[in-house]
Amino acid sequence: MDLSLVPLLAVLVSLVAVIPILLSSDKPNLRETWTILAAVIKFGLVLLLVPGAIEGKSVELHLIDLAPGMPLALNADPLGVYFAVIASGLWIFTSFYSIGYVRGAGEHKQTRYFASFAVCLSATIGIAFSANLLTFVLFYEILTVATYPLVIHNESKEAINAGRKYLAFTLTAGLLLVAGSAMVYIYTGTIDFTPGGVFSGVELPHTAMLVLFIIFLGAVGVKAGIMPIHSWLPAAMAAPTPVSALLHAVAVVKSGVFAVIRVVGYVFGTDVMASYGLGDILIVIAGATIILASLIAFAQDNLKQRLAYSTVGHLSYIVLGVALLTPFGMQGGIMHIAAHATLKITLFFCAGAIYVNLKRKNISNLNGIAKVMPWTMAAFTIGSMGLAGIPPINGFFSKWTLALGSLDGDMVIPVIVLVVSGLLNVGYFFPIIYRAYFKPGEGLEGYGEASPLMVVPIMVTAILSVLFGFFPNLFFGLYDLAVNISLSLF
Amino acid sequence: MIESHLPAYIALTFLLFSVLIPAFGLWRNELSQPLAVIGSGLAAGFSIYGFFTYLQLGSIRYFFGGWEPPIGIEFVYDGLSGFFVLVINTVAFFVILHSHHIAKKEFPGKEMPYYALAMLMMLGFNGMILTGDLFNLYVFLEIASLAGYAIIAIGDKQAPYAAFRYLIIGTAGGTLYLLGVGFLYTITGTLNIIDMTAMLPQFAGSTAVVAALILMIVGIGVKAALFPMHGWLPDSYTYASSSSTALIAPIGTKVAAYILFRIILWLFGVELTDAVVPFTYIIGVLACIGILYGSIMAIAQTEMKRMLAYSSVSQIGYIIMGLSLANPWGFAGALLHVLNHAVMKAALFMISGQLRLKEGHSNISLFDDTYRKKYPWTMAAFTVAAISMVGLPPLAGFFSKWYLALGTIDNSNWLFLAVILISSLLNAVYFFRILENVYMMKPDKGQKEASDAKRNEVSGSMLWPTSILAVSLIVIGFANAVIVGVLLNIFPM
Repeated sequence: MDLSLVPLLAVLVSLVAVIPILLSSDKPNLRETWTILAAVIKFGLVLLLVPGAIEGKSVELHLIDLAPGMPLALNADPLGVYFAVIASGLWIFTSFYSIGYVRGAGEHKQTRYFASFAVCLSATIGIAFSANLLTFVLFYEILTVATYPLVIHNESKEAINAGRKYLAFTLTAGLLLVAGSAMVYIYTGTIDFTPGGVFSGVELPHTAMLVLFIIFLGAVGVKAGIMPIHSWLPAAMAAPTPVSALLHAVAVVKSGVFAVIRVVGYVFGTDVMASYGLGDILIVIAGATIILASLIAFAQDNLKQRLAYSTVGHLSYIVLGVALLTPFGMQGGIMHIAAHATLKITLFFCAGAIYVNLKRKNISNLNGIAKVMPWTMAAFTIGSMGLAGIPPINGFFSKWTLALGSLDGDMVIPVIVLVVSGLLNVGYFFPIIYRAYFKPGEGLEGYGEASPLMVVPIMVTAILSVLFGFFPNLFFGLYDLAVNISLSLF
Repeated sequence: MIESHLPAYIALTFLLFSVLIPAFGLWRNELSQPLAVIGSGLAAGFSIYGFFTYLQLGSIRYFFGGWEPPIGIEFVYDGLSGFFVLVINTVAFFVILHSHHIAKKEFPGKEMPYYALAMLMMLGFNGMILTGDLFNLYVFLEIASLAGYAIIAIGDKQAPYAAFRYLIIGTAGGTLYLLGVGFLYTITGTLNIIDMTAMLPQFAGSTAVVAALILMIVGIGVKAALFPMHGWLPDSYTYASSSSTALIAPIGTKVAAYILFRIILWLFGVELTDAVVPFTYIIGVLACIGILYGSIMAIAQTEMKRMLAYSSVSQIGYIIMGLSLANPWGFAGALLHVLNHAVMKAALFMISGQLRLKEGHSNISLFDDTYRKKYPWTMAAFTVAAISMVGLPPLAGFFSKWYLALGTIDNSNWLFLAVILISSLLNAVYFFRILENVYMMKPDKGQKEASDAKRNEVSGSMLWPTSILAVSLIVIGFANAVIVGVLLNIFPM
């Protein structure tokens, strides 16, 4: 079977779906059918690419020239397929959940919401399959623009300010990416992502390489939420919860860490990173971010804010794994993309269900809610245990691999960071669970679970997290993929 | 043999219609605009056909009456002039097509002189680009300028004052240019650009050549609104009628930029230009200051036309900066930006004209989300043009920035690179501000409720040209590799 058009179709399907979504704006059920249909088709298309990816094969497709010698090209390589599976798979759950959420919360401008969502997913899959830096820039910027209407969805003063902040950070990052890509092209004559990097045979002064790396770090670090350029992320929590769930736990921020892997493994290359000492810079930044973000998370009473800072911390787990420049580290980082995605989306889904159902946002108001929302809180408990790294939930396994990677590189401090961060995770998640289960609640009479459209996706993602913990290879060979990708970079 | 006469046809079409319009317009005033549309449409058609002819057959040197220089007058239709002629005539066609209702509203009864002058101005612009003779260039420059002063003076109460100011500054600029040409003529004994190009290297380092270069760059710099010689521009563009601004803003400064390209890259060549003083770097730095100054001033404006005028000061800087880089990427980026900016600015000024027609103002602070309901398509076109101005892919504006960035890095010119990046952010500030108002700002209390806003879209004669320009920004974005492939071949070194 000829798969060469599959990457393109996978990118386009949700973009095309925007048209019927807009046209059926006054028939909500029909409109949401298009979303679900696009999500399912997209996931199916991505799955077609998985068998090849496990064997280490790529599907390449050159479309047109974006600039002379710089094509708009897609390349569904193992790393891209890995990310695409996660993003498109979780979009299906988010779509169902979104329907429950926006109807339950009576959100306005639902058509704009679903249309923007579809564009975001196209951009995310485009990012996953970009074969070169210029194509990557194209989808990276489309993702920025398409996310903006979702961030400002409420159109409140707070949301508009969050939108401004979001644009200020992401547009600056986009410009740095443009500058960095142009520099790579002038220095090396190519902008293609190449396993092992494009700098082999190119001698650059140490400062030039350092500056180039810092430019790229700024470019991808914004979406990856590394400190001190993370602050758009907590602000963007003004968005409706499904947006936070998919975009700020899966699509946008994962595009950021995905970009970190692309930059480290496919632009600079692990050898260059090591010989210029660039990995150490990244380790320090990622380690500091993990600890600081976990500490800040403690101080947040708003549930979504606490989850946001938790996201900032966990994204840096992935960055840390990549920065270790060891096969286990890379593998652990890649695995944590999937682990954090399923866990954090579960937690955000729970936060959204609580908000829609009880209109409560703050942790101090969550006393006793497990009695009325038992399923939701069970899922929340699974999610938070996973993030704290308690076996057998899938967060444990990636963290274990990260620790191996760090010891592999004769580094102890990253292991300490991981352990301390695990304790901090327990520290900021446990009080929530304690309140929900053991403190007496008030004003909960007459409330039950949220609508099944929300609870079912919550349960499914929670169960997925547990299953992945027991059987990392159960679905789509994600574990093998992570191992193969990591080995191909060294 | 239409091909060999094409250069003359393009210019003569405008001359013919500048006579036809008064002739018919005196009889029936309402015929003026259709005639102007036909004239500019014909010229645009010739330009498109001409450019494809150039791609197949190469440059055309056209000698009027068969008299070769130095006796006769020559038009040179090569890659550079062909490209500029193509851009300005196509954009002018859309602007004139668009101007019908605006002209009727903003200066009723004066359509005949307006369109006749517009044709004359276009004759001047085309002549400046096509001529192969430095003195003829001055003559065409004065034709274009005099017509331009008059066109700008048709507008608000302050317009004649703005036009007068432009006249004073512009005439000084033209005179400086003429003085420079005089110097060169004294040395080389010729006014023909091709002849002079061959002779100038013998006089490298001569004081007269340096003086001529300074005089010409300053003189044309005024016309191009190169910082700090941009003072005439904001007032002129703001107070002139909307249709005049939409016509002059996208193309006027581009033609002056063309002359700078012709002088620096062709006539003198980069080596000779920089022989004594690094002129290319100096104009590059001026361009950078202009880029930042224009962007910052644009942020400070509350009136959309004035904001766009300052934005023009900034954008012309990109073009001049690309020229100053004097490498293939910078050159391609600058020329691509000539095309992109012409299309973007035409669309944006046309939209500001539409708003003035419908709302009676284009004051940004009064925009609210009823505009989105009243003018959905206009606002969609505005959004596309604005995002292209900010420079996000895959819209056209991104790619000129990309090539300019490649050019600056190729020269290791980090200052210029930083300016490009910062200016993009500043562009984002002043365009997203409008988008925020249009899509999210709730109307003030006391005004009619948002739900009362009825669709009140402008008529097709305005909507179509605006929409076509907006869509072409997407097309240019995806097709830019083809365009740039051609432009890289034009680069003279």
